[in-house]
Amino acid sequence: MTQSEATPPIELRGATKRFRTPDGSTYTALRDIDLTVAPGEFCAVVGPTGCGKSTTLSLISGLEEASTGTVTIDGRPVSGIDRRVGFMFQQDAVFPWKSVLTNVAAGPLFRGAAKREAIDRSRDWLRRVGLSGFEDHYPHQLSGGMRKRVALAQTLINEPRILLMDEPFSALDVQTRQIMSDELLDLWELTRPSVVFVTHDLEEAIALADKVVVLTVGPGRVKDVFPIELPRPRRVQEIKFEPRFVALYERIWNSLRDEVRAAYSRTAGEAA
Amino acid sequence: MSEQNMTAVSAAQEAAPHDSPTAVTARRRRLRGRATILSIQAVLVVAVLGSWELAARQKWIDTFLYGQPSGVWKQLVDWFEHGTEVGSIWQQFEVTLEEALLGFLIGSVAGIVLGVALGRVRILAAIFGPFIKLFNSIPRIVLAAIFALWFGLAIPGKVATAVVLVFFVVFFNAFQGTREVDRNLIANARILGASPWKVTTQVVVPSAFTWIIASLHVAFGFALIGAVVGEIIGAQHGLGLLINQAKGNFNPNGVYAGTVLVAVMALAAEFLLTVLERRLLAWRPSNDRDPESGL
Repeated sequence: MTQSEATPPIELRGATKRFRTPDGSTYTALRDIDLTVAPGEFCAVVGPTGCGKSTTLSLISGLEEASTGTVTIDGRPVSGIDRRVGFMFQQDAVFPWKSVLTNVAAGPLFRGAAKREAIDRSRDWLRRVGLSGFEDHYPHQLSGGMRKRVALAQTLINEPRILLMDEPFSALDVQTRQIMSDELLDLWELTRPSVVFVTHDLEEAIALADKVVVLTVGPGRVKDVFPIELPRPRRVQEIKFEPRFVALYERIWNSLRDEVRAAYSRTAGEAA
Repeated sequence: MSEQNMTAVSAAQEAAPHDSPTAVTARRRRLRGRATILSIQAVLVVAVLGSWELAARQKWIDTFLYGQPSGVWKQLVDWFEHGTEVGSIWQQFEVTLEEALLGFLIGSVAGIVLGVALGRVRILAAIFGPFIKLFNSIPRIVLAAIFALWFGLAIPGKVATAVVLVFFVVFFNAFQGTREVDRNLIANARILGASPWKVTTQVVVPSAFTWIIASLHVAFGFALIGAVVGEIIGAQHGLGLLINQAKGNFNPNGVYAGTVLVAVMALAAEFLLTVLERRLLAWRPSNDRDPESGL
């Protein structure tokens, strides 16, 4: 117990990420990021467009390597993709040529599970996300919300201890997004992975998270960290009307507002 | 929950649209449209062949040079009833088909394997890219002459010609298809635990298949060109040989008859490829596969 408290599941220390642009110069996406996520903690990251939210997730997942600084999972530096990590992408990343059933079974099959076992577990997860009866459908035959459920089951079937989510519901309409958020919270309660949830929607961040991290305009740094001490279980639709929610929203928005304005004036300046 | 039920209902409707009255009238209308198109097409064929025949009979054109449809028909009947100078017509058909099929299979397998390999492994593309561009710039039909020297009149020379024609078409499509695979899908597969090999077989190849299959349609035509040109340059059997002999005998009807047989072969192969395509790409939205939406 003390061991896990001493070494957090996710820790970034002074992590900086620079990319080389096609014209040869370097572009700094993240600068000196410090971020710690406790076991079972749901951490939301908000920030203006282009502040490096998604880059943070790439560093934790091992898809990208930090230019300087350290990124550790359970105390060990990230080198390449880690089995303990699950990642839900912003765009549809389910495989369009696989049926719903084999899409969800893909993770276990990639990791060497027996076919029978992978299919059984896939059926199990499809039931959990409410897609029983759609096993043989192809992704294009499903609605956007249903495809997101497939992606969620596909990610969770690997039982990740660390769940990274990059604006996973941003393409959905508002009602579907709220339903999906509630379902996400229910599923999260089952296994309680540590979550880093990137979003530009502050309401969504507060409703879901234990902790909201505000990043500055790019190159992103951590500006503020707000603990969200709202009781669980939560219903995303209803929690928004609680006075404590509104107070938190005001506080965090005060922090976020300047960054959003700075980012906006920057893009507006570029456009002009 | 309600969103889920609604989508379930709409998916069920999509799955079984057949019995509603609107679907029936829609299908009837579609059939009528098809019948109209077919009859217009028949009229066009009759008009073109009829005026050609008429022109030949009225001596407006020289049948010694241009032939005539009834002569082509007689030539075909003669070939099927009495055989050709070099054996039965079925044998010629079979030889050409064998050359084209072998060339098609070898060329497309090589094209797919190398295209995907070079698309996936950047260092391979850097090393071999210039050579492939170099070979691609050679007008490959001239290679048929070289292959005739190497292999003589036998089948392998024609197969080799077909292979070099097929390979580049398939290779460039497989290569491009591999490069265009959605980065998100690859990232997702890697996170889910796929090894580089599994990423290739389970993500890259299925995704590039839309590109590859498009090239296979063209590729079979090229394989036939390779086989027939090889036979025209020098052969003991085959439809190309028949065409070449008819040309030598100043028999235009024979040239046309040989051409018709090659065309029949190409259309049959095209049909089979389309069946294969629908089977393999069943996962795509159905409006992409609407037979009336394009050629």
